[in-house]
Amino acid sequence: MSAGVLPYTVEPHPVTGLYSGKLGTWLFLASEVMLFGGLFSAYILLRVGAPEGTWPTHEEAHLSWKIGGFNTLLLIISSVTMVMAWANLKMNNFPKARMYLIVTVILASLFLTLKISLEYYPHWHDGLKPSTNVFFGLYYTLTALHGLHIFGGIVVMLYFIGPGAGLWKTNPEYYTNRIECTGLYWHFVDLVWIFLFPILYLMN
Amino acid sequence: MSDHDHSHDQGFLRKYVFSIDHKVIGVQYAVTALVFLFFGFCLMMMMRWQLAYPGQSMPVLGELLPSLFGKEWAETNMGGGVMSPDLYNSLGAMHGTIMIFLGVVPLIVGGFGNYVMPLQIGAPDMSFPKLNMMSYWVYFMGGMIMLASFFAPGGAANSGWTSYAPLSVTATQGQTWWLVGMIFLITSSLLGSVNFIVTIFHLRAKGMTMFRMPFFVWAQLVTAFLLLLAFPPLEAAGALQLMDRVAGTSFFMPQGLVVSGVVQEYAGGGSPLLWQHLFWFLAHPEVYVLILPAFGIITEIIAANTRKPIWGYRTMVYSVVFLGFTSFIVWAHHMFITGMGTSISAFFATTTMIISIPSVILLTCLLITLYRGSIRFNTAMLFALSFLPMFAIGGLTGLPLGLPASDIALHDTYYIIGHFHYVVAPGTIFAAFAGVYFWFPKVTGRMMSETLGKLHWITSLIAINVVFMPMFFQGLAGISRRLYDQRLYSWGDAMQGWTVVSSWGAWALGLAQIFFILNFFLSIKFGRKASANPWDATTLEWSAPSPPPHGNFAKVPTVHREPYEYSVPGMSKDYFPQNVSEA
Repeated sequence: MSAGVLPYTVEPHPVTGLYSGKLGTWLFLASEVMLFGGLFSAYILLRVGAPEGTWPTHEEAHLSWKIGGFNTLLLIISSVTMVMAWANLKMNNFPKARMYLIVTVILASLFLTLKISLEYYPHWHDGLKPSTNVFFGLYYTLTALHGLHIFGGIVVMLYFIGPGAGLWKTNPEYYTNRIECTGLYWHFVDLVWIFLFPILYLMN
Repeated sequence: MSDHDHSHDQGFLRKYVFSIDHKVIGVQYAVTALVFLFFGFCLMMMMRWQLAYPGQSMPVLGELLPSLFGKEWAETNMGGGVMSPDLYNSLGAMHGTIMIFLGVVPLIVGGFGNYVMPLQIGAPDMSFPKLNMMSYWVYFMGGMIMLASFFAPGGAANSGWTSYAPLSVTATQGQTWWLVGMIFLITSSLLGSVNFIVTIFHLRAKGMTMFRMPFFVWAQLVTAFLLLLAFPPLEAAGALQLMDRVAGTSFFMPQGLVVSGVVQEYAGGGSPLLWQHLFWFLAHPEVYVLILPAFGIITEIIAANTRKPIWGYRTMVYSVVFLGFTSFIVWAHHMFITGMGTSISAFFATTTMIISIPSVILLTCLLITLYRGSIRFNTAMLFALSFLPMFAIGGLTGLPLGLPASDIALHDTYYIIGHFHYVVAPGTIFAAFAGVYFWFPKVTGRMMSETLGKLHWITSLIAINVVFMPMFFQGLAGISRRLYDQRLYSWGDAMQGWTVVSSWGAWALGLAQIFFILNFFLSIKFGRKASANPWDATTLEWSAPSPPPHGNFAKVPTVHREPYEYSVPGMSKDYFPQNVSEA
């Protein structure tokens, strides 16, 4: 095998039923579950251990479910457009797939813009900082880490829209697989938000 | 990867520095890790001077270090050639961090795992060669950050390798560097573990079923899962501690904390215990990350050098998988004295007793394998053989620590230091040495010197016991592991003699490594040329040329049998390689 193309980069392995990239992505997501799992455990432990009356009420938390809810909606739609991009690649329609990827990037960017301009910035301005109390510490840490994941997703999608798109011409199946893996990651990032939204916005 | 089929005549940088060949990356990992191991050991040799001769000027280094790092550094850290208590704490914290995260794990997982595992399963490379390169360089950057932290204001991290809060949150700037370095190291091992698992699942040669995999590969597989799932919670904890230090949050800071008579400006409401839980949720599986690949290495060497199949291969596989699972539910036995409550303590004491069973099974299988074997006492085998009793001492002294009643007396004494060093130093590090002697011919195409090797073995074995055996006595006498000068307490003063003995043992151990360093470099240049299979072993790596070319095998191997078919009755030779079809 000195000629050296590794097997199972495109075709699925007969036993696992996955190509290597997809198995790798699932394993990576398993570690991500542990990462956010650790943080959610920290949230639970700190909240349960908080002395009576120190956890902020809904008013004290200053988090509007309307902004959060709208952002949730944005992410859910972006998950749908992500799937549409992959489906169109499967149907051999690259221009349409690319359009859906661009829409996904726009929705994700909108999410971050709203988060920063309507929440982070005014909160910080009003003196609600990570050091204010444990709740705000958790709020900033969890949402910022999630935001970093969104940002990472945007970078990867921009790569596949722009410089990485050449792969479609040389090896369309491989390109489609990479978009599928990006999609898996993207749905996971969505799912994290689905958990973050209620524990930060609704459960105070 | 589509661009994996690059040509063989690439430039120097592509071939040796930014290589995507698993063998080059394995060697990069191993060499970097060996350098870090030696550096971490040097930190300890300095600490041993302070412990043995407190307040006396350090020979050579007492003058050398101040002249190297300037007057300002010398005044705060080494007034009159004596290390300050703060420097002592830094060295202790960094010794632990460097030995575990930059030395042992990269050596036995990144080094041996990367080099040997794909060869043993008959793969041309790892599944994601570029990712493999990236994990090495991320590890390297993490290492550089850790080294740079020595020059941060206030010195390197000084809250122990466990970085317990709130001490670590209020510590000097070095702790922030430590956290950032750790995030790099965690990312690196994460990328590596994904790669290992996919490679083992997807790239096994034809006929290499799971139960035909050498035990080393099984050990690496379980280790990769531990790294994959146990490390992220530490990354979470690290991120939270970073926030505490940089953004002023109070995740680990309780209400109204007073440090040196000053009330700390934290909002409070945090929990120091939370750090310990998140930390040990990683760090206990980490113990098995340190020991399982070592067992893998030892198994390969014992099989080849007793000329017998491993006794109970399947039992060993089941044990190692069971160990992997169980290692996730024993972490709080590190926290018996925190007052978690008796029922939680009882739970973790029980799981701890349970997890000792598969460890004992592994050891017993290897011991029984020796019975009536025709043992070849080469250097690799001598290190492997001494691993068995040394690990047994380390493991058995751990039992009293797994029971809350005895742990309360022994916690944070030198007994603990003795216990885990017996597991990791004459245990894992001896296994790593055994691995170096065993696979060196495969990597370089030359044999190592047996004479220098045996000298290295006997001197190291004696010295390392002189270092660690006294620690059990000191620990039972109640001497805390954190003391800068134990003579301040009457019971410590009474045991000072043992500290001196232990220190001289450490320096002798340092000298003994000269044999290894000489052997290592001289053999690369002048060693006897090695054949493809110098040990007459059965596993696939020995069917490739020494050293294996890019792509590993001239012809894709097909596997016909289980890994350790030695001394098969009716055969002309006493070994039956996995890739040879029925004769």
